[in-house]
Amino acid sequence: MIRFLVRRIGQSILVLVASSIVVFGLYFVGPGPDQVARTFAGRLGTAARIAQIKHELHLDQPLYVQYGHWAWGLLQGNLGYDYYKGQPVGSVIAAAAPATISLVLGAAIIWIVYGVFTGVISAVRSRSLLDRAFTASALFFYSMPTFVLGFALIWIFAYKLSPVTTFFPFHGYVSITSNPGQWFEYLILPWLTLALVTAATYTRLTRTSMLEVLGEDYIRTARSKGMKENRVITRHALRAALTPVVTLAGLDIGIALGGVIITETLFGIPGLGWTVIQAINQQDRPVILGITILAATFVVVANLIVDLLYAVVDPRVRLY
Amino acid sequence: MSMPELRSAGESEVLDESGEAAAGKRIEGRSPWRLAYERLRTDRAAKIALGTILVIVLLAILAPVFAKITGHGPNQQFIDIGENANGGPVPPSGIFWLGTDNNGRDLFIRILYGARVSLVVGVLATMISVALGVLLGLAAGFIGGFVDTVIARVIDVMLSIPFLILAISIAYVSGPSLWLVIGIIGVLSFTYLARIVRGQVISIKSREFIEAARALGAGPWRIMFVDLLPNVIAQVIVYATLLIPLAIVSEASLSFLGVGVPPPTADWGSMISDASGFYQYGYWWFLFFPSVALLITTLAFNIFGDSVRDALDPRGAGIYV
Repeated sequence: MIRFLVRRIGQSILVLVASSIVVFGLYFVGPGPDQVARTFAGRLGTAARIAQIKHELHLDQPLYVQYGHWAWGLLQGNLGYDYYKGQPVGSVIAAAAPATISLVLGAAIIWIVYGVFTGVISAVRSRSLLDRAFTASALFFYSMPTFVLGFALIWIFAYKLSPVTTFFPFHGYVSITSNPGQWFEYLILPWLTLALVTAATYTRLTRTSMLEVLGEDYIRTARSKGMKENRVITRHALRAALTPVVTLAGLDIGIALGGVIITETLFGIPGLGWTVIQAINQQDRPVILGITILAATFVVVANLIVDLLYAVVDPRVRLY
Repeated sequence: MSMPELRSAGESEVLDESGEAAAGKRIEGRSPWRLAYERLRTDRAAKIALGTILVIVLLAILAPVFAKITGHGPNQQFIDIGENANGGPVPPSGIFWLGTDNNGRDLFIRILYGARVSLVVGVLATMISVALGVLLGLAAGFIGGFVDTVIARVIDVMLSIPFLILAISIAYVSGPSLWLVIGIIGVLSFTYLARIVRGQVISIKSREFIEAARALGAGPWRIMFVDLLPNVIAQVIVYATLLIPLAIVSEASLSFLGVGVPPPTADWGSMISDASGFYQYGYWWFLFFPSVALLITTLAFNIFGDSVRDALDPRGAGIYV
């Protein structure tokens, strides 16, 4: 177990280092140091200012030294300085993170509950009308690009139903600390959008996994003991069937926390995805780098946690 | 490489059938391909989906014909009749079948031309992914050891950097273009396919027939491409059909975010993006028709891909990773 842990964590660190090199290379090698410094100094930047920024960012030194400085800062939790906003990248990210976390966790609850619920019903009533309906709707939402679904929801709920209800605001974000009620209202449509697009995979995965488990011997044993069908399904089958679902949920949440770009852009939620798009449009490199590395970390850590959980949940998984 | 396999299966079947007619009763062996084809043929959803795909392809090919019939070019602006008094889009009519966009251009013609972009990106990007995925998957699974480790870590790194951020950054730095979009999507989405191929190769490379091939003096290239590849091709086909709609959505997303195919090229993603500032003022058709076109296309490919999977792999091993 310890050996596995050390090996696996070592691998994760290696992947992160490689990712950081790729990302760093993409942004700092590309347009050349003078250009970068000039962009940061702004249109009114003097030659002295440009030279100063160049020096501060170590742009006058060889690339590997630049990377070393950046990576060293990263290790100390220093993500660099954002010249556009005039504040450290860390604060920019800290300001954007709550919106993304609210969006992703709320949506994740919906998509997991809905996906597992429909998946279980589809498996238990396999080939029934309900199963067909859930499978068809899963395929439908799986095929739906996020922005198409988002616009459809905005159109229907915010415009077409607007005389009936003005309940659905659809642009902007209110933090939970300032007004929990509004926080909820503003997030309903984004949650639905993200959840419906994602839930399809969960419906299908749960269905497949449930069908497989329901065919196993111990389910027959449980039934022949006279156990109630509901209990067989919830206590015995579902537990085993959920392993792949938990895996997928871990990975999906990890990926989404790195920024749900389209959903945030669509609904004007100032989270990490929205911030990174803005940063890319302004070529605000420190912010892009910071968020990309953060996103990569989320993915790698989610992978790690899922691998470990897998071993804990399923004793048949051998760690080596 | 799959084609000779497929064709030989089909041909032998034709021979079998005629032979059967002559000899009366005969037990015939049916190849897995034949079985898959028959399963597909009886699948109503697959037939409807395939029909839809063919119609979309046909419409895309015939786009210039429709442009000629209506007399409207894809980028032609009709400022006098294609815009209302406020300069907004005009609704569907006999002149503009699906209305116009905010620049007074014929929406119907632009949707047809947009289908070309979507299909070209979908197919070419998928071809790149399949080529890369198969090559790297074969190499990783068959050679193993160091090569395997390197490829696995490269995939880990690629999966850890968010697809859209990476794609947008590359497109932004080097300036968006159609070929760049195809390249980005193709190169960035081979990862799952490589993993699937690798897994399959590892599970079959220690079988007897590979040993036999080696004993007969077959080299590594021959074993990889003649002996191993045909055994993973079914899964590759399944995954490839499901990659096409993914590539189409990725392209539309990039264009929606403004870093895909540059304007004025007609493109569904950028049309939807343009419409986002107009539809709420009553210009519903501007948003509705491109969205529906995109949805029907991805839906048709996904339904067809799903049926192909059911047909080729009835046990239903999960493709939805």
